[in-house]
Amino acid sequence: MDFFVDENDRVDGIEKVTGKAKYFAEFKLPGLTYGVLVPSTITKGKITAIDIKAAKNAPGVLDVLSHLNKPSAAGYEAGGGSPMKIFYTDEVFFNGQPVALVVADTFERATYAATLVKVSYEKAAFNTDFKKSIADASVAKKQGQPPYVRGVADAYKTAEVKVEQTYEMPVETHNPMELHGIIADWRTNDQVTVYAKTQGVKAAQATIANVFKIPQENIQVKSEFVGGGFGMALRTWPLEIATIMASKQVKRPVKLVITRDQMFTMVGNRPAAYQKIGLGATKDGKITGITHTAFGQTSTYENFTEGVVTMSKFMYASENVNTNYYVVPLDMSVPIWMRGPGEATGAFALESAIDEMAHALDMDPLEFRIKNDPETDPMKNIPFSSKNIKEAYKLGAEKIGWNNRKNKPGSITEGPWKIGYGVSIGVFNASRGRATVKGILNANGSLILQSATSDIGPGTGTGMVLIASRLMNIPVEKITFELGDSSLPPAPSQGGSTTLSTVGTAVNDVCVSLKATIAELAANANMSTTSNFVEVLKKNNLPMIEVTKQSQANQQGKEYSMYSFSIHFVQVKVHNLTGVVKVSKIVSVGDSGKIISPKTARSQMVGGAVGGIGMALTEEALLDNRYGKYVNNNFADYHVPVHADVPEIDVIFIDKPDYIVNPMGAKGMGEIALIGFAGAVANAVFNATGKRIRSLPITPDKVLEG
Amino acid sequence: MSEIDNNQSGDTRRDFLKKTSLFTALSLTPLTVLKAADNKVDERFAELFEKIPLNLKVNNKAYSLKVEPRVTLLDLLREELDLTGTKKGCDHGQCGACTVHVDGARVNSCLSLAVMNEGKSVTTIEGLAKGEELHPMQAAFIKHDGFQCGYCTPGQIMSAVACVREGHANSKEEIREYMSGNICRCGAYPNIVDAIQEVKEKGTAI
Repeated sequence: MDFFVDENDRVDGIEKVTGKAKYFAEFKLPGLTYGVLVPSTITKGKITAIDIKAAKNAPGVLDVLSHLNKPSAAGYEAGGGSPMKIFYTDEVFFNGQPVALVVADTFERATYAATLVKVSYEKAAFNTDFKKSIADASVAKKQGQPPYVRGVADAYKTAEVKVEQTYEMPVETHNPMELHGIIADWRTNDQVTVYAKTQGVKAAQATIANVFKIPQENIQVKSEFVGGGFGMALRTWPLEIATIMASKQVKRPVKLVITRDQMFTMVGNRPAAYQKIGLGATKDGKITGITHTAFGQTSTYENFTEGVVTMSKFMYASENVNTNYYVVPLDMSVPIWMRGPGEATGAFALESAIDEMAHALDMDPLEFRIKNDPETDPMKNIPFSSKNIKEAYKLGAEKIGWNNRKNKPGSITEGPWKIGYGVSIGVFNASRGRATVKGILNANGSLILQSATSDIGPGTGTGMVLIASRLMNIPVEKITFELGDSSLPPAPSQGGSTTLSTVGTAVNDVCVSLKATIAELAANANMSTTSNFVEVLKKNNLPMIEVTKQSQANQQGKEYSMYSFSIHFVQVKVHNLTGVVKVSKIVSVGDSGKIISPKTARSQMVGGAVGGIGMALTEEALLDNRYGKYVNNNFADYHVPVHADVPEIDVIFIDKPDYIVNPMGAKGMGEIALIGFAGAVANAVFNATGKRIRSLPITPDKVLEG
Repeated sequence: MSEIDNNQSGDTRRDFLKKTSLFTALSLTPLTVLKAADNKVDERFAELFEKIPLNLKVNNKAYSLKVEPRVTLLDLLREELDLTGTKKGCDHGQCGACTVHVDGARVNSCLSLAVMNEGKSVTTIEGLAKGEELHPMQAAFIKHDGFQCGYCTPGQIMSAVACVREGHANSKEEIREYMSGNICRCGAYPNIVDAIQEVKEKGTAI
């Protein structure tokens, strides 16, 4: 198949640039009321009293919900347990936990009334200190993933050359630009419509059904436009359930939009991590042992694990690999996958260590990587479905001018700036799940495709329309892809770089089926099988034909290892006096199969690199462990990259189809766009200065220290 | 809560004083005053005169409204006038998602109380296109894919138009500096800069 090379615009571009795109909080419902949350001011303990008299007396207030007036939710009657059941216990598990919800007829009145709610607590001792807890035997650790051993454990210790280092990641927050929340509107006593900000309308529907013990078909979840997610909208959060309860209680639609500071505590984060890497190699640069031990942060009330050590098992050809991953429960809100998830955390450590080893061997880090690049998956002992990273290394190196790099750190200066180059690799599973798509081919020449998937920004609709356009030979403007509504045919949540592969396969299957039907109808009407479908439908007197197809998960996982890869090249400038690091050039190479939508694909890679700049240089949610509170819970103090932090970004795609993964030959890209990037920056900073910074973010104080 | 009120028969400052003295006359004893306050009678009473008149233009349409003084321009646009193209991203003037033009200048509408805009003219993203014809900046954002999720986009575009009009779009570096008040978490920055530069270089009056 030869897919489009045209630079198609995003299908929802006009809505997005004119302000017509409606995000969850923008649906105007008759009788709409406003919810405002009251967060706990202690970190751990019990609520002893909630005085709501003043709040209830305030103008416009309809109700104040808390555990003291438990709203009805049949699935919560048992209380306790995981996931956290909001308003069903007096327990406080973290600072900023929602303990009450005020509902009023205007946003201002609800906001004011929330300040009048008086909550009394009995405080308990708490622990939010991640770093201290790692060494503290009294803090119980949990196994996050089963230990893995291939060959001899800790083989690096006896290697000719070894590197043994620790790497640290702070808490990061997703903080999409759109604030989280929901509108809940009970149509009857057991039927509810919610306007949500979610990466999975079907998952949200199932969660709500489970809480209120009503049939899934009684719940409609609408979420057509989502103002960014990055993983934080992969679950239905307690505050959403609280709002749905409130709407039931006040018998009016309730809208909740949380505040930016609440985005730091109520909707997850990328957990802090502490990682030890041991690398062993022969003097001529063959890796002989990799040991990766990671500690990640989780909460006491719900557990969270992710793939921090996954990449170390198969990225490099080493006979001996052992990994272990533990989680440390703290009195903090539970984390959730953030773009690239644990793999991005792990890649920072592994790719830094690889660079350290190359330096120890006095080898070019690119050459060292190529030398240890495995031809087949060393973990599963099966071939990769496709892997073109040697080509990717070459193309990226040419583009960034890798030849200009000097192996000796601190060799290049430009006025007060030191210049350095770094490289790293990112990898993520290219899996495919089950999805259903309905296609309606109309005699007016249009095609409507429907599936309950989401588009949090990558351009899902655009990708699907392009797949269908190519297969059906129908112009893009005649095709509509409807998504973001739980009443559409089921699809999985948008996460883990799987949507294009999973839903795209179902679109492919629908199109193949529609074409077959048209050919059949043409034959029946004695028309040529290549006749235009409009003529065929008219001749058969059919206003439309409809097909629904469910595509299954990839069945070839036992025969092939399926991954997407990215190589990130960066040039940095480090200021002599201030220690400021500027990323001055970026080349990101994507080895993610055939590119379906070049324009949006490029944007996705660019966005990943920007997220990587934040991870590498600025982002750190700082906790004051004396109080268990974040001290920089706003955009002025928690620094996400802004325009001035981001240079021009070159994106190169290998653009070779992988038909083992799916019929389009395309692999996922959302995660690899970010995974590894921070490692490339850290490696470039070392190359510029000779200073190895193993703790993110790389802030000027760390650059200047010592 | 504000409401559209075309006959402008809102409470005046004199009404406010009359009602206030009436309230004082009714609650002579300290005990009564305290009890009234405890039961939030004062709150309910204040409700009678807490809205004040506001006349402003939004996208060239004149509005005569009555609003509470604590309502921000952003919330007025989104919740009362149903102009939801202007986005709430932080409510603290830190992200730029709520950028609108007030008398031609870019302003974070979350940091501006609605009542401060008496007699002013506000332009939001909904007022930028001429009917079906997109503003050149909107078209350039589509062409250069200057967005992903689209949430920061109205603010970026309003800021971008002002950036060019201000004369702060003479180089990529300058654009980056003068657009740094508008955060895009999807990271569409290079595409946004390309869009702005193209509009600037075309030189058509915007």
